[in-house]
Amino acid sequence: MRHEVRITGLGGQGAITAGHILGRAAAIYGDKEAVVTEGYSPYITGGWSRADVIISDEPIDYPLITKLDVLATMYDEGFVQNLRHVKSRGVIITVKELVKHSSKDHKVLPIPAIEVAEQLGRRIVANIVILGAITAVLGTPPLESVEKALADRFPKAVELNRKAVQQGYSIASELLASTDVLEER
Amino acid sequence: MSSGLPRPGVHFMMGNFACVEAAILAGCRFFAGYPITPSSEIFERACVRFPQVGGIAVEMEDEMASVAALIGASYAGAKAMTATSGPGFSLMMENIGLAFIMEAPIVIVNVQRAGPSTGIPTLIGQGDVMQARWGSHGDIETVVYSPSSVQEFFDLTIQAFNTAERLRTPVIVLTDQLVGLMWEKVVIPSPEEVKVVERKIMDARLLSTRLPFDYTVDVNPMPIVGTGCRVNIDSLTHDERGYPTTSQEISEKMLRYLLGKIRNHARELWLYKEFMIDDAEVVVVAYGSTARSALNAVKQARSRGIKAGLLQLITLWPFPSDVIEKVSQHVNALVVPEINFGQLVHPIREYAKCPILEVNWAPGSLIEPNVILDAVGVAAA
Repeated sequence: MRHEVRITGLGGQGAITAGHILGRAAAIYGDKEAVVTEGYSPYITGGWSRADVIISDEPIDYPLITKLDVLATMYDEGFVQNLRHVKSRGVIITVKELVKHSSKDHKVLPIPAIEVAEQLGRRIVANIVILGAITAVLGTPPLESVEKALADRFPKAVELNRKAVQQGYSIASELLASTDVLEER
Repeated sequence: MSSGLPRPGVHFMMGNFACVEAAILAGCRFFAGYPITPSSEIFERACVRFPQVGGIAVEMEDEMASVAALIGASYAGAKAMTATSGPGFSLMMENIGLAFIMEAPIVIVNVQRAGPSTGIPTLIGQGDVMQARWGSHGDIETVVYSPSSVQEFFDLTIQAFNTAERLRTPVIVLTDQLVGLMWEKVVIPSPEEVKVVERKIMDARLLSTRLPFDYTVDVNPMPIVGTGCRVNIDSLTHDERGYPTTSQEISEKMLRYLLGKIRNHARELWLYKEFMIDDAEVVVVAYGSTARSALNAVKQARSRGIKAGLLQLITLWPFPSDVIEKVSQHVNALVVPEINFGQLVHPIREYAKCPILEVNWAPGSLIEPNVILDAVGVAAA
């Protein structure tokens, strides 16, 4: 089973950091194969950046995305720019406060990542809230693996990041459950 | 780890970082370079890591000086490396020839980007395959390895040092932007598990009886500066004492010795991988990142009932002629995808016993599996 994820944001939001943690969680703690590639606009400050994460049970041949299972965007334009890469019925995770767009052909999960992060006292962990949401949608690697990879990356802020990833995970899980109910009607 | 050596185990690492860890395990303690995208992470990490293991990393004024510094370090007894990309690789050509005639074991990593000239610095290309072999003037032989994953980049960096040391010659690791910058799983062995080859050193006590450049042997031991040896090395064609000569006869002896070091060992240097080749009717021959697209295409072709296989060439030079000859005897066609407009396809065509379908893709992105799949379909029809 091959999963393709793109996390995109504007410079400084931590999209690529989130991608690396997801890749590390899958490869080191999740017993999977993973490839992470990065992309940037020609300028960094304020420009877009993205991490593409491929996760698979088997060795990964083609290392780039073909059709995204999950797109996570932390800025409004990122939704429009990347929509064509998302497979039909794929999931789009957004930062609710920053992304206005939506799509009828996909499951869109708006996550109040900034609100959650601010409640935790650090707006900077909004990307980790989104990482938690991605983990919930993918179902792999397990949340515990992501928490371990997070602790490797931020050894001085283990608790803060654990709370952020857990909250993102549970918000997305609830949203997923409710969209599924809607579909069955 | 207090020793500064890389921690053994499974890591999730960028290709360019893995290259530096491998170099450290191979015994490399000297880096001289000039930063260039997309190879700069190798230099950056060397600047951090080499001092931790008692080595040094130096920023030079340009790429010509970088290779010159490697030759000096090599003659001081160090294992030495640099890393660059297309434009810097062009500048290194002259001194790669110098390292060849001076028999200085050094390692050059080229993280290929889109060319020609400064091209697209941040994106992939495979345009330096011929340059790696023929870029320096005069008759030289180079050893060139091409990795397609972070693990292969790690393994082949160690291999490059071992080959350089064994044959006293420059060795090139020809990777590309994608392998250099991608993050993947890499298994780092413990130092005891790594096979490390050390060059043969000239014993100063034998100098009165032994010529430093004996052209009748396989590989001469290396005189090291500061050990009591007289180190007389020359970029000019030189005789068995190391003195310049205009003799055509000695020119022939010297070149047959220098070229022979690689040609006589070619078969030991050939590395390649085969996938689903046994019953294949069409075989894709690919290297570097392209091999990963090719493997994907071959699997898709199999699922459509086409008997396709993949030959991944890891050693590009000396060219694995027998490998191509052998595989091409039993297939209907070879498909050769490259992110350039036809380079390695030329020696492949020279040795293949079957028709060849060339697939060219402009630098700037990884060739897509579907493009290779289409070619496999055409070749199978």
